[in-house]
Amino acid sequence: MSSKSNARIEALAAAARRRRRLQAWLPWLVIAGTFLVWEIGVEVFNISTFILPAPTDVWFAAVRWWKPLLDDSIHTLLSTLAGFGLAVVAGLLLGIAIGSSTLVYKGLYPLLIAFNSIPKVAVVPVLIIWFGIGVWPAIITAFLISFFPIVVNVATGIATVEPELRDVLRALGAKPTDIIRKVGLPRAMPYFFASLKIAITVAFVGSIIAESVAPNAGIGRLMMVASSRFDVPLVFAGLIVTGMMGIMLYWIAEFIERRTTGWATRGQDAQNFTPGG
Amino acid sequence: MSRPFVEIDRVAMRYGGVEGTLALEECSLNVDQGEFVAVVGPSGCGKSTLMRLVSGLWPATEGNVVVAGTEVDRPLSLVGMAFQNPTLLPWRSILDNVMLPFEVVPEHRKRLGRERAKYEQKALDLLKLVGLEGFGGKQPYQLSGGMQQRTSLCRALIHEPPLLMLDEPFSALDVFTREDLWDVLQQVWMARKPTVVLVTHDLREATYLADRVLVMSARPGRIIAEKRVDFPRPRTMETTYLPEFTALVAELRAHIAAARKGEEVT
Repeated sequence: MSSKSNARIEALAAAARRRRRLQAWLPWLVIAGTFLVWEIGVEVFNISTFILPAPTDVWFAAVRWWKPLLDDSIHTLLSTLAGFGLAVVAGLLLGIAIGSSTLVYKGLYPLLIAFNSIPKVAVVPVLIIWFGIGVWPAIITAFLISFFPIVVNVATGIATVEPELRDVLRALGAKPTDIIRKVGLPRAMPYFFASLKIAITVAFVGSIIAESVAPNAGIGRLMMVASSRFDVPLVFAGLIVTGMMGIMLYWIAEFIERRTTGWATRGQDAQNFTPGG
Repeated sequence: MSRPFVEIDRVAMRYGGVEGTLALEECSLNVDQGEFVAVVGPSGCGKSTLMRLVSGLWPATEGNVVVAGTEVDRPLSLVGMAFQNPTLLPWRSILDNVMLPFEVVPEHRKRLGRERAKYEQKALDLLKLVGLEGFGGKQPYQLSGGMQQRTSLCRALIHEPPLLMLDEPFSALDVFTREDLWDVLQQVWMARKPTVVLVTHDLREATYLADRVLVMSARPGRIIAEKRVDFPRPRTMETTYLPEFTALVAELRAHIAAARKGEEVT
């Protein structure tokens, strides 16, 4: 190989490296930039802390109230995860049932859609009547809100197995459970993980709604208390902590997704795949 | 004379209720054990329907399908199938895709756990036979369309099915790859002698590969002509240049042209 073409390959590889580095740093730059613009905007337009506190004010509030902020975040995180965990188990099971049987699909879908159309905030008072003020309304609201996307996605993945592939397996004497196990489930995994990323973020919405309606513990209660004292920086601190927890869980879901269903996103990380290596 | 391996007797198939489309009517044909039969016909004539009836994937609305002396009333196990699309499982390596039938066919799945190495060796041998030596560890998307189709053929053949159903397996490939795969298929067939039903719309392909070519009418499909192909095997590209070969293809073409117009050549 000539030195000229070697040099060109080197240059291409270097460009790819630069691109990857930029991709890794970009989210952080965007977040930092957002805070910077926010800070400057508040300063320049002289916005009162009561309307929109500057990031530095939010930071000071967070430092000052770090203990309740931490306790309440952990509380919210745990109830969100509990509800989310229930949603994953129930969503997978129901998704498999709906995806593999037209009868179950036809029978259950209207009810599911009707159920999902109900604003969850309207359900919380009912949950409080049933379970009392405590951790359960938050867990169940998180479950209810994150359950639907998982069901729909898993069902879609299983229901869209190519008919030819189904024929190949049936002609080998495969039972319906074989087809679900060998083809339906693996095929549904990318759909499942896509839904997890939605579900985990909306699960926070669910638990915090419940915590705000029935202020017992958690970030929702913290923000209710803070806003009733007009401590707007602390309200924002609660919002930002929630966002951070959301990102954290999203990353975990994405990490597991990449480890288990890399086959579905091939090509997007093509640089990592050097042929002949 | 022994009984044919596949007997289809005046079969009809109608979709979508009493008023639905009639895909097949009065369709009869026999295939002997170890015979290679090609079914050709105008598009939409019910060739693929015929294939699914024989495999027992769909029940016929009229008539009988008998395979190996037994009436077909449920999906047969042990049929190997390949389609126009490779339909590989993208999350499995090439080797694991080929191994799939072993995990499903009742007689193999019990033994797979204990004799995995033996089964893997079988799969590797077959991959070698179709020219995919060394590709077992690759993922499907790393292979070209032709190589994926070879893999699909391996998956259809690996458990040594007595009956092989091929539904236009080469029609999505370019001409050179297709002709390569004709030879691969011929070689595998000569080595193992399964009974093969190949559905195709390529008349050269049918003539090159089959012992007997059956021509179907336009919908509702039935067999309107039958041609023996007696060229010695293994057939090569030289065979396709013989005047007899060309004449046979031309004759089949005339049948298809007539079938499309709805008449029969006598």
